[in-house]
Amino acid sequence: MLQCLIRSTDYLRSDQFGWFHIKEQIMKEHKDLGILNIDTTLYKTRISKSFASRKPYKPPDPKIIESFIPGTILDIMVKVGQDVTKGENLMILDAMKMQNVLICSADARIKRIAVKKGDKVSKGTLLLEME
Amino acid sequence: MPLEKKIRELQEKRDKILLGGGEQAIEKQKALGKRTARERIMALLDHNTFSEYDLFVEHDARDFDMDKKSLPSDGVVIGTGTIYGAPIAVYAQDFTVAGGSLGLMHSRKITKIMDHALKMKIPLIGINDSGGARIQEGVNSLAGYGEIFFRNTISSGVIPQISVILGPCAGGAVYSPALTDFVFVVDNISKMFITGPEVIKTVLGEEISMEDLGGARVHSEVTGNAHFFAATEEECFEQIKRLITFIPWNNSRKARSFESGEPDPEYNIEKIVPDDPTLPYDVRDVIRAIIDKSDFFEIMEHYAKNMVIGFGRMGGRTTGFVANQPLEMAGVLDVDSSDKAARFIRYCDSFNIPIITLVDLPGYLPGVDQEHAGVIRHGAKVLYAYSEATVPKLTVILRKAYGGGYIAMGSRHLRADFVFAWPSAEIAVMGPEGAANIIFRKEIMSSDDPDGMRRQKVEEYKAKFANPYVAASRGYIDAVIVPGETRRLLLHGIEISENKDVAMPYKKHGLPPF
Repeated sequence: MLQCLIRSTDYLRSDQFGWFHIKEQIMKEHKDLGILNIDTTLYKTRISKSFASRKPYKPPDPKIIESFIPGTILDIMVKVGQDVTKGENLMILDAMKMQNVLICSADARIKRIAVKKGDKVSKGTLLLEME
Repeated sequence: MPLEKKIRELQEKRDKILLGGGEQAIEKQKALGKRTARERIMALLDHNTFSEYDLFVEHDARDFDMDKKSLPSDGVVIGTGTIYGAPIAVYAQDFTVAGGSLGLMHSRKITKIMDHALKMKIPLIGINDSGGARIQEGVNSLAGYGEIFFRNTISSGVIPQISVILGPCAGGAVYSPALTDFVFVVDNISKMFITGPEVIKTVLGEEISMEDLGGARVHSEVTGNAHFFAATEEECFEQIKRLITFIPWNNSRKARSFESGEPDPEYNIEKIVPDDPTLPYDVRDVIRAIIDKSDFFEIMEHYAKNMVIGFGRMGGRTTGFVANQPLEMAGVLDVDSSDKAARFIRYCDSFNIPIITLVDLPGYLPGVDQEHAGVIRHGAKVLYAYSEATVPKLTVILRKAYGGGYIAMGSRHLRADFVFAWPSAEIAVMGPEGAANIIFRKEIMSSDDPDGMRRQKVEEYKAKFANPYVAASRGYIDAVIVPGETRRLLLHGIEISENKDVAMPYKKHGLPPF
């Protein structure tokens, strides 16, 4: 983003189309403009709150299990260091009047359990790490 | 008993009921900056035009000591009247009576006025101010909601339906407004949510205020559930009255015509759009430079601001405007702006309102979040809505029209009746920078001075393709016009299209991507 900003100011300074006064006028009128890159063209425009605060994409890690729904940890069936196999029950997450059983997606060893029985968790809370 | 005495008796009965939940409850309502249900209806309708029905309706619930409770008018006021002479059916929930809770008779009163509205083909306005279902009445209360939702759906696209949220509107109750055409909210008064802060706290442990969860601002800026935001109830009523002047009574009529007038000369159409396509401007100024008296009535002003929608008049006739807004997010199409535009296009099509589209967009917003939020599905709504619309469709390409955005924004290919382009138009498969990088990749990479070569190729591409003449040579646009001619040509186009008649193949209904 920083690189974009520098490039764009260079571009403005060069004033290759002779529109400098209009640019100045626009900048004066709208002090809240940012730069948006669409197909390598840089547009001066207001950046929406939701766009500015969007979370960068993180590829899913099969070794990390997070809560997919907010709820309460009802039971934990595994211990740290335990070897687990694909399809094994790991935990019960009670949410929306339903006891959701979290099932192991691959053979692995439990590295860390980040919650304890009775914990209330929000969506996306780290529950369990495997190795 | 002499008639005189009977009349006095009626008067006494009326007066008692008209007091609603009693003086104490009314005081409480006023302390919150709210008016009573009947005051609201009076403020909305033309003076002395309100006729109230079902004043004497009462519930007959028996469980939980309900047989000992009397609820005047069962907590809702229904009737008919006019707004600037246009007939209106209206209901208003009375929060002073049992918190405006919805029981069986309460819902029957609402459905009665809804049935009237559909039968008489007149607009329906519903004022919501209710704590929700009347728990004591159990499933009867749920049945009441269902009957309302069904009628909202059946009436949709036949008569205009307007929802005004002037208090809480929680749980199932929110789905009636969601099914109607326009939702009005007032700051600090309107509250809409499926599950309230209390439930969220007990179940999930998340703490949030009512205002932050479902206040007027949230629904106007974030969720897109509300179309009009006002600071006070008075301002809200003015907005509703103004909207009524722009829309017809029903789908077999046209909106009322007003006296035409030239746009305000303050909006000089030649001076608004900067030549450099990367610089922003407020597209609403272009709309104001085109429409009668520069009088633009914007809808969803605070939501997905990269797309502007709203009503103006052309030669006195209501016209819907759909325009990319270069000032916000460069005017890109994304999930929210597609949704916003598509719904408005369908609204105009339902109610015989011609659509003018102003195009200036760099394309779709790139990003993982957009792709994963379903920009394909939501973007398709715009294509669907334009293709399906049979009202007069006129399009003006002001500047950029790149790629899929060019097709989506009311192009000839989706059966626009007239497509005009300004000489500043750039109709191409993508922006010159992006296109040159792809087409001339080899030349640029193998050059001793790649940056210089890139700049040269960008200029070449610009000269050859970043203009309206390639599209004009294929007849995809009907005329390249001077900006100053825009209003005249659009006025003429709308006049010519007055009797437009398009036959569509028989279908029960289509399957728009929602």
